[in-house]
Amino acid sequence: MSEQLDTTPTTGPVLSAVNVTKQFRVAGGHITAVDDVSVDFHAGKVLAVVGESGSGKSTLARMLLRLMPVTSGQIMYQGKDVTHIKGGELRKYWTDVQAVFQDPFSSFNQFFSVGHTLRRGMGRQHLSEENLDQLIETCLGYVGLKPADAVHKYPHQLSGGQRQRVMIARALMMNPKVLLADEATSMLDASLRVSALNVLQDLRDNLGLTVLFITHDIGQACYLADEVVVMEHGLIVERGTTDAVIFDPKNDYTKRLLADVPDLKGSLKVRKDG
Amino acid sequence: MSGVLMRATNVTAVYAADSGKDVPAVDNVTLEVPDGQILGLAGESGCGKSTLGNALAMIANPPLYVVAGKMEIGEETIDLSTLAKGANEVHRGYRGATVSLLPQGAMNAVSPTLRIRNLVVDVMRAHKRDTTKEEALDRATDRLKMLEMPTRVLDQYAHQLSGGMKQRMVTVVSTLLNPQLLIADEPTSALDVSSQKALIEMLLAMVEKKIMRGVIFITHDLPVLSMVTDRLAIMYAGKIVENGPTEELVNNARHPYTSALLSSVLDPTEETRTKHVLGIPGSPPNLGNPPSGCRFHPRCKFAMDECSATEPSFLYERDHAVACWWANKHAFETVPMEVNQA
Ligand SMILES: Nc1ncnc2c1ncn2[C@@H]1O[C@H](COP(=O)(O)OP(=O)(O)OP(=O)(O)O)[C@@H](O)[C@H]1O
Ligand SMILES: Nc1ncnc2c1ncn2[C@@H]1O[C@H](COP(=O)(O)OP(=O)(O)OP(=O)(O)O)[C@@H](O)[C@H]1O
Ligand code: SF4
Ligand SMILES: [Mg+2]
Ligand SMILES: [Mg+2]
Repeated sequence: MSEQLDTTPTTGPVLSAVNVTKQFRVAGGHITAVDDVSVDFHAGKVLAVVGESGSGKSTLARMLLRLMPVTSGQIMYQGKDVTHIKGGELRKYWTDVQAVFQDPFSSFNQFFSVGHTLRRGMGRQHLSEENLDQLIETCLGYVGLKPADAVHKYPHQLSGGQRQRVMIARALMMNPKVLLADEATSMLDASLRVSALNVLQDLRDNLGLTVLFITHDIGQACYLADEVVVMEHGLIVERGTTDAVIFDPKNDYTKRLLADVPDLKGSLKVRKDG
Repeated sequence: MSGVLMRATNVTAVYAADSGKDVPAVDNVTLEVPDGQILGLAGESGCGKSTLGNALAMIANPPLYVVAGKMEIGEETIDLSTLAKGANEVHRGYRGATVSLLPQGAMNAVSPTLRIRNLVVDVMRAHKRDTTKEEALDRATDRLKMLEMPTRVLDQYAHQLSGGMKQRMVTVVSTLLNPQLLIADEPTSALDVSSQKALIEMLLAMVEKKIMRGVIFITHDLPVLSMVTDRLAIMYAGKIVENGPTEELVNNARHPYTSALLSSVLDPTEETRTKHVLGIPGSPPNLGNPPSGCRFHPRCKFAMDECSATEPSFLYERDHAVACWWANKHAFETVPMEVNQA
């Protein structure tokens, strides 16, 4: 994949949210899902976003991806304001910035086979059939799938984790500069999960991939992330290096969030007698 | 069946393929849920856990066919096969109230134009026609409170909820009928730790108060399983390969696959910051054409000649069962974990 890499030199963050707010109208008023959030994504780094369910993580990711308009604030990409870009510019943005969504059951077109979905994603990048097949094989291989076992299948013929893996492969095929991964590994078993994280690590270290990694799993953040941001009720309440946030949290909410994290042997159920 | 809530015996479920070659995603599985207990089910992605859940909840739909298997639950013995004439009518009588499935990724099945409150009423009425709106909503409100969810979600539409809120909403809906056995398929995969805890506490409380009599908890989150389950069953390529008390299985894995899976877990410790975890080498097998003998043999560091030739049968050591040739030759020994990182 490396020969395709566009090495435009950049200074400063690759991607930023600047004072971004999102409000939703709901029955009986409105919700501020993301509240004046500013966050920078630095080239070749993995930034994990953790926080309570409903704290605004997916909403932030959708705005960064320009899938949802901001209520106020700006999205900056490579020093350029992309908050309102359209047409060809937006399509270019969508090749550079790829996403894997939280719910593998909704983010698939049910009528397309896996092979078709993967090829379609590559639509405007002119590759020979042979190179395309090669790329599909490489990217499916990253997530433990073989083309022969996967490309002819339709989404409903795949398990939850298999769908998630196809989505990861699809995003990686585009050779993105930024990957927004929203609970992208939640339905993978521990072994496939760590393999997928290893792939992201390699792409980060070797190709400078920048990753926004939304997760509820502190263990995964610990393994992969360079920096961690903690969200609560639409606000960023703590940010810093992974070591600082996870092993020396300052904010009360972060402390509470970390206190209950189960680990494999420390959390064995206290069994009742009889 | 004293002390046992549910015993499923010799369950086989296949996906019929256009090519005429069936894919047996669940292959001759036998499984028990002790009364008042929580059984965890873990295993590789695509190994057949959700398929087994569908078979046990009696909701298999073509192209999935349950070709064999029976389930004893309470006083009843149910033929799980979907091939028998009138099977669907028989099975319908048990769905929801006897066995309920909390399906993986369920909230998409819910129409985005239906308010959550109407869904709640519909589910209750489908089972018990004369349920009043108040009864249904009271029960849902109680459960939402147990999950520390705002009751405003009842007035919202599914698409307005975050991933984790949807997941908890599905839990509320699938427990509305107070099933004897709940099969929860990845109910916490999108939940932060405190929401996870609330959901787990609700399930435990419902079992404790005998509102439900047992739970099968399917998830990839092994730390969560170690926290909530009494027993664990580990599945690989359509078969259960190990089944035992949780603590024993976590501390003394007897099957090389279990051991390899456990050593891939990323605990949130300083050690995890710096170590490199390899995962299990090789790819998950194709269930349409599984490896001979023990299905794990192409990826197993302990494989020997008999492994590819003959399928190992279950060896029972007290209440810990394992199907493996290595385990057969090393009675009561724990699989040496070091091997997994070599
Ligand atoms: N389309 C929408 N309409 C109305 N409210 C919405 C919509 N999308 C999200 N919300 C609300 O915005 C808040 C934040 O949701 P979001 O999906 O960003 O949370 P999250 O942090 O990703 O949570 P989770 O961890 O559960 O996925 C929630 O209260 C949710 O109900
Ligand atoms: N409709 C179908 N037709 C053919 N094969 C199918 C179909 N649905 C599922 N399968 C296959 O059956 C196998 C078991 O799927 P299942 O959903 O039970 O896996 P799982 O253990 O729940 O995995 P996950 O952990 O990823 O959810 C998978 O290999 C899948 O590809
Ligand atoms: S039976 Fe053989 S191949 Fe299978 S897990 Fe045991 S040692 Fe490994
Ligand atoms: Mg989300
Ligand atoms: Mg599944």
